[in-house]
Amino acid sequence: MTPDTGIPAGARDEQGSERDLVSRLRRGDEDAFEHLVREHGGRLLVVARRFLREEEEARDAVQECFLSAFRAMDRFDQASRLSTWLHRIVVNACLMRLRTRRRKPEEPIDEFLPQFQANGHQVRHPTPEWEGSAETLLARRETRSIVREAIDRLPDSYRAVLLLRDIEELSTEEAAQSLGVTANAVKIRLHRARQALRTLLEPRFRRTASC
Amino acid sequence: MADLPYITCRELIEFLYLYLEGELPPDRVVEFERHLSVCDSCVHYLATYKETIALGKAACAELDSPVGDEVPEGLVLAIRSSLRSQI
Repeated sequence: MTPDTGIPAGARDEQGSERDLVSRLRRGDEDAFEHLVREHGGRLLVVARRFLREEEEARDAVQECFLSAFRAMDRFDQASRLSTWLHRIVVNACLMRLRTRRRKPEEPIDEFLPQFQANGHQVRHPTPEWEGSAETLLARRETRSIVREAIDRLPDSYRAVLLLRDIEELSTEEAAQSLGVTANAVKIRLHRARQALRTLLEPRFRRTASC
Repeated sequence: MADLPYITCRELIEFLYLYLEGELPPDRVVEFERHLSVCDSCVHYLATYKETIALGKAACAELDSPVGDEVPEGLVLAIRSSLRSQI
């Protein structure tokens, strides 16, 4: 920690090197741009895959992201982090692609939602307990990939809302603005997406009766 | 109060989102919690709904770690080439 700034020395070095990088990028330095791509491209690709599921489209979104960033570099606010800025750009690139996709019919989500009897009980009654809390389940090596595969199975518009609200932690209003829908539509879709994800995870995590 | 009918599991599950977001009116919260006090099935549904949110966050947060997130060489080349065409 330095007495003059109150910022830890490591973070200060990082800020300084990021400032240098931004200056080089603004001068159109190709090596600096390649450094930016190598430094952040992998992580951005992971984010794009999460939204788009298709590898080729995810790579195209990352490419668009870097080209947009390059064009907008003069407007980059140095008070922000490059990683945060690029993250926002790639998410927007993915949402634009999902909007284009939405013109095509989407797979229904109903089969993953709870079904009810006339008396208001679930058809599959009672709901089973799971083997443990999220924390306990996450101690298993395979849990994260099981959950990611289940998220990938959600229809596009539901997956996008779940990612924006629960993972990217946007507010309802921010998510609504990003998706071009009403706040109420975000609430409804998020609830359905969480319910569907719960249904998809249940067979993997439900407590089975012991002998 | 004791003579009032309970809300159904269907109503509880439909209003779960609003309950967790704190957007349910106070009188509905009372009905909601009254149902939970007698329905283990809905207690389990609520618990597993919350675990689902936590699992989703954790599974995707790990993806954001820098470890193993290398950018494919082909993508670097493609970006470099598009960039050159823009300069």
